[in-house]
Amino acid sequence: MPHLRMTGRGLWITALIVPPLAFVAVFIVYPIFSAFAYAFFDWQGLRRGEFVGFDNFFTVLFVEPYRSWTINAFSHNIVVFFALMVLQNGLGFILAYALWRELPGARFHRIAVFLPVVLSTIIVAYLFKLFLHPLFGVVNVSLKGIGLGWLAQPWLGQSDTALWSLIAAQSWHMVGFPTLVFLAGMQRIPGEILDAVRMETESEWVKISKVVWPLVAPSATIVFTLLFVGAFNWFELPYIMAGLDGSPFGSTDVLGLYFYRTAFGNVSSGQQDFGLGSALAVLIFVFIAVIAGIITVRLRAREIQL
Amino acid sequence: MSAAGTTYYDRRGLLGTLGRDGLLQIILIANTILMLAPIVIMVFSAFKTTPQIFQSPFGIPDFGQVANFAKIWTETNFLRYLLNSFFVTGASMVLILTLGTMAAYAIGRYQFSGASFILMFFLAGLTLPLKLAIIPLFMLMRDLSILNNQLSLIFVYTAMGLPTTVFIMTGFIRTLPSELEDAARMDGASEARIMWSIMLPLVRPAMVIAGIQNVVPIWNDFFFPLVFIQNDDLKTLPQGLTTFMGEYTTDWGVLFSGLTLSAAPIVILYIVLSRQFIAGMTSGAVK
Repeated sequence: MPHLRMTGRGLWITALIVPPLAFVAVFIVYPIFSAFAYAFFDWQGLRRGEFVGFDNFFTVLFVEPYRSWTINAFSHNIVVFFALMVLQNGLGFILAYALWRELPGARFHRIAVFLPVVLSTIIVAYLFKLFLHPLFGVVNVSLKGIGLGWLAQPWLGQSDTALWSLIAAQSWHMVGFPTLVFLAGMQRIPGEILDAVRMETESEWVKISKVVWPLVAPSATIVFTLLFVGAFNWFELPYIMAGLDGSPFGSTDVLGLYFYRTAFGNVSSGQQDFGLGSALAVLIFVFIAVIAGIITVRLRAREIQL
Repeated sequence: MSAAGTTYYDRRGLLGTLGRDGLLQIILIANTILMLAPIVIMVFSAFKTTPQIFQSPFGIPDFGQVANFAKIWTETNFLRYLLNSFFVTGASMVLILTLGTMAAYAIGRYQFSGASFILMFFLAGLTLPLKLAIIPLFMLMRDLSILNNQLSLIFVYTAMGLPTTVFIMTGFIRTLPSELEDAARMDGASEARIMWSIMLPLVRPAMVIAGIQNVVPIWNDFFFPLVFIQNDDLKTLPQGLTTFMGEYTTDWGVLFSGLTLSAAPIVILYIVLSRQFIAGMTSGAVK
């Protein structure tokens, strides 16, 4: 009797676990392993050709024009990552600190700062594209209105402002996320510790740098890692605001656009190359995995267990 | 310490606090204006004609003027995109919550060999950026003959949503007391009956959190439809928006009302359920 019961329970557990496991295996694990395999073959359109070893990797890293494209896109991702680190996570920390004090209206401010986060990136991208229109966009119209007309410029149309315009739009979109993660971290700091600090020092700076910042380290680990992964996967916002070619003149090209263009082709060059595209995907993937791993381990080390 | 000294000290502390809180309050107000202004301008512009937008971008419009919205309703495929988004998101959510609860229940409630390995398998899917596997996914959908079919989206979203759902739900299901379950088992209830009638009603709060965490990225997704869906009648809202924005490039009134209509469902839901949204969307990052 107990034996029969065990078999029944075994079947029951299997029935519960197999369908969800199958979804993850077929639509996540299998495609990711395949991406690695694809990179080692020559592809003609959708047809797989010969095994070519590391040729595709060699091409995207060392053969022109791919080499320059890869370096150009990669350098932009690095700029984006560090800029967002300051604008999104840095500002997020300050806003979280302000919200944490529960000043009048804190609840309203908290809802407002998170509102853009729930919007689709596509809506945000189009909205800022309209706002940054050289003639009729509210940004230039406002600058002219307050006598700063000389600052008005085609933000998305010139190489030295385009990437920064995208970074600004992205920061507006996502600043609420690190803000509320940091806020949750601050709210978990025990009151006794804060009381003890109040006895010791009057300095706000000492309190932030020596107490609050170290104690929200777990939140910092998570938002830094997520920002890193997000910055090197960046696609939708530049796709809408700057187009698949990273216009003007590749000044907003990032790895996500470059990878997509290489794999699926674009309007100007209809050529699609799954081999080179997969090689790029594998390189980006390995880079993200290794660096995200290092960031997580290094930052975890400074977290304090309470 | 003299009395005068104490008073002086306190006053400085009080002033310091006021000054600091004042500064923080100014930062918060400035930031909130910055966060809301683009949305307010978007909604205002939706009620203006294009010349009105160009002449007075900040002016308060006549809210009775709904010609832009009428145009969207009658001349574009907007309603179709909206219904498609509801269908794809709804079907994905049903699958995610059903399958996620099943897996979490098995892992969290029973002891069997391989349970921790299976949990690890799900968690591995948590951090992998699936965008980078788009080429094999494209080939997979082609082989399954579901390219240009909303099933491709539903399957990918379900697989993407499962890791976080299993993670959240397993943690929650493990905390449930086992007395009720044991009592029911003594009475001879089947395992399926115990799960359905006794345990499932208790896991609803975790389902809400897991649901919100998944519903927002799925509703907003643009990348997978871009690759999988070509047929205009099958497009979801963010993807349909790109078609629509391309057609009306010079009619800014219509563009802004299209953006407003697209933003409306999720913004309204967020305003009503802001607490749950914030908890749900940051739940992966807040331990």
